[in-house]
Amino acid sequence: MKMELNKEYVLALIAVVLGLLAGAILMMLTGNNPLQGYYFLIRGGLMSIERVGNTLATATPLIFTGLAVAFAFRTGLFNIGAAGQMLAGGLCATAIGLSFAWPKVILLPTAVLGALIAGALWGFVPGYLKSRFNVHEVVSSIMMNWIAYWTVYYVVPGYFKGPYLETESRKITEAASLKVAWLTKMFSGSYINLGFFLAVLAVIVIAFILNKTTLGYELKAVGFNRHAAEYAGIRSNRNIVISMMISGALAGLGGAAFYIGYASNIQIGVMPSQGFDGIAVSLLGANSPWGVFFAAVFFGLLHSGKGFMNAMTNIPPEIADSIIATIIYFAATSILIERCWDRLKKYLRGAK
Amino acid sequence: MSFVVEMLRIRKEFPGIVANDDITLQVKQGEIHALLGENGAGKSTLMSILFGLYQPDGGEIRIRGKQVEISNPNVANDLGIGMVHQHFKLVHNFTITENIILGIEPKRGLVVDKKAASAKIRELSEKYGLNVDPDAKIEDVSVGMQQRVEILKMLYRNADVLIFDEPTSVLTPQEIQELMKIMRNLIAEGKSIILITHKLKEIKAIADRCTVIRRGRLIGTVDVAETSEARMAEMMVGREVNFQVVKAPAKPGKVVLAVENLSVLNNRKVLGLKDFSLEVRAGEIVGVAGVDGNGQVELVEAITGMRRAESGKIMLNGKDITEASVRSRIKAGIAHIPEDRHKHGLILDYSMEDNIALKVYDEPPYSSRGLLNRNEIRRYAQTVIEEFDVRSGQGAISVARSLSGGNQQKAIVGRELAQNPELLIAVQPTRGLDVGAIEYIHRRLVEQRDKGKAVLLVSLELDEILSVSDRIAVINNGELVGIVQADETDENEIGLMMAGVKRGDIR
Ligand SMILES: Nc1ncnc2c1ncn2[C@@H]1O[C@H](COP(=O)(O)OP(=O)(O)OP(=O)(O)O)[C@@H](O)[C@H]1O
Ligand SMILES: [Mg+2]
Repeated sequence: MKMELNKEYVLALIAVVLGLLAGAILMMLTGNNPLQGYYFLIRGGLMSIERVGNTLATATPLIFTGLAVAFAFRTGLFNIGAAGQMLAGGLCATAIGLSFAWPKVILLPTAVLGALIAGALWGFVPGYLKSRFNVHEVVSSIMMNWIAYWTVYYVVPGYFKGPYLETESRKITEAASLKVAWLTKMFSGSYINLGFFLAVLAVIVIAFILNKTTLGYELKAVGFNRHAAEYAGIRSNRNIVISMMISGALAGLGGAAFYIGYASNIQIGVMPSQGFDGIAVSLLGANSPWGVFFAAVFFGLLHSGKGFMNAMTNIPPEIADSIIATIIYFAATSILIERCWDRLKKYLRGAK
Repeated sequence: MSFVVEMLRIRKEFPGIVANDDITLQVKQGEIHALLGENGAGKSTLMSILFGLYQPDGGEIRIRGKQVEISNPNVANDLGIGMVHQHFKLVHNFTITENIILGIEPKRGLVVDKKAASAKIRELSEKYGLNVDPDAKIEDVSVGMQQRVEILKMLYRNADVLIFDEPTSVLTPQEIQELMKIMRNLIAEGKSIILITHKLKEIKAIADRCTVIRRGRLIGTVDVAETSEARMAEMMVGREVNFQVVKAPAKPGKVVLAVENLSVLNNRKVLGLKDFSLEVRAGEIVGVAGVDGNGQVELVEAITGMRRAESGKIMLNGKDITEASVRSRIKAGIAHIPEDRHKHGLILDYSMEDNIALKVYDEPPYSSRGLLNRNEIRRYAQTVIEEFDVRSGQGAISVARSLSGGNQQKAIVGRELAQNPELLIAVQPTRGLDVGAIEYIHRRLVEQRDKGKAVLLVSLELDEILSVSDRIAVINNGELVGIVQADETDENEIGLMMAGVKRGDIR
């Protein structure tokens, strides 16, 4: 088991390296110096404490959605509805934040909890439909994405619209925000917020559930072999619902981290891309909680560094997106990489 | 001297184990060469090397005298080597033709020329007496037919060295007879066959020579005609094997399992089990004999709770469990060795210890308040592994998938017996086991009985039913034909009853 995991990490690293190489080639093709490009990309993400904070802040929602996808995947489900669950969570958190004038110690936890519950609810529906009527979760969770999208479209202008714009909600107050002064100050004015710590906590909790609890044992058993799980008396239908709810709750928290942490209001007509990026994060992270964490931070680095790279060189920021896409591509075709790797190992062994 | 296949001094290591240690296997042109060895001896590994699935760490392979390197199955194909795996590799919603041509589709212009393919398949099928309808879908045909499709797949690719990995362990006795006939036809047409089987009778019946390996090492190659079954068994396990099941007369006690007028739907949503009644008492082994697909699956799944009962009652120790959940039946003392070890018996991607804990992980000391106790689970798994001699590279932490078929089976049997159940339902418990392991498992079943527990044994092998059971219930077309005492009947009578002839009608 250990060995297997290590191999997956190696494969992920190879995918990253190959992606970076492909990016280098692209930079060269556009007539730029790749070393310089990467230098500024990395500097853009890490050169100051503020930028480090921004990198982590960008990574935060990705950690949540990556975890959501990975968790569902480990239990045999494909949760493509993280975007909708994020929206549901974000809307709920924003609504709570805008509706009550409680002190921060009460209001903020309530908003976060609301996001968690709303996300779980959004996960519950596809889970229930699958367990009860065998509706494939991919279909129903995509539908839930659009339900969330239009719910925001209706609710925000109807109840929480801002003073000038119809298309976004009012700004939440400081009391409902995951941004806190001491943290912002510590990172000299960065976007980083409490969401990041929540994300780290979530990684730890999910790793714990998967590896140490009977619930994790059952969920993974259902994911690997539903028939054998049922033979052993594990109720796979119930487990499917639980798994989708936990997955949805994680994405819902991601919504809180994004809408009341990174941002301070919610817009209509936008499906958060982090929901889908979560799939890539999960893939690159080999579906393991800590793998997801590092993959998300890496993507966060690319996202937050690309602006600086663009400013300092002639390299278009889209190169960073291409790198991400290439990495995803290599991670998804890791079987091929694995084959080459095995062959290389054999070759080396034969040579010595 | 013409050898078609020579595998010389082959070596293959896996983490923690040497699966093949200096094995030499030489197959003559036109012979059926049996490969015999206990579970985990390294037979499948050796054949996977010949078929290009694994690369050897040492040794050399010669095909028709020429040294070759078989780096993948395509190379094996080109060399005329074909393999029927123990677990078939077929696409279920494809037709037989589509399965056979998969990967080497004949083209006419841009379209696949299925007509030509199916004509060729029909021709091959007739030539070798395979009796296959090229247009049927895989999901609609029997296991025996699926195997013949696998054979056709090899023939279609012009293979003339055919490897069969435990082909008979999934077949009914009738299908085995047919397969043997097919093999003889193949030999008559100049093919050579390597046959892996644990059944010495089959080797005696059909093979010319037999190579025996034990724990990864070559013991020797013998002429089958000159070697007794007992001698081969001894070569294989390294000691004398007792084929007879020794047991004292049963002392049946109270009724443990009572099935009353049970009717159950099968997968096609018609009654697969009809108005079936049966009792199993403490201290007895009741065998269920019948041709495959006559209601055994429905009976077993209804008792274990994996399938709903349409009508009727199931009582365990006097309590009605007809509506009880699978879990509560397990906790009430029902253990179940399932027929299909890969579908139901194991979670192949879990480690052995997690598999062995599958029925107990939710109770102390293996977990408490929802938290797993890894140390206890490991200790428990290790005792089971030791007791049942489950061999693998890394013991409790080996991934179940990496174990040899027979050792997977031993682990399942061990897990179920370790619960010391009130009622043990054993479905084909010795499928794929070597003679030594069969002897051991049979002894354990009898031991379970002698401890005053109830055992329900479902098997397609009459030998096993006759030698292990105390009473035999014969099932045909979902109905109980009759119940007979094992020591008052014989193969012939049971055979007739399996065909639906009632006992009264025989006399
Ligand atoms: N992929 C693998 N990884 C690790 N160990 C393996 C792997 N394949 C086989 N083994 C080990 O190698 C040994 C030989 O296995 P093999 O499958 O060849 O046995 P076998 O003779 O076919 O036994 P059986 O009669 O039970 O099928 C076993 O101990 C098995 O655990
Ligand atoms: Mg084998």
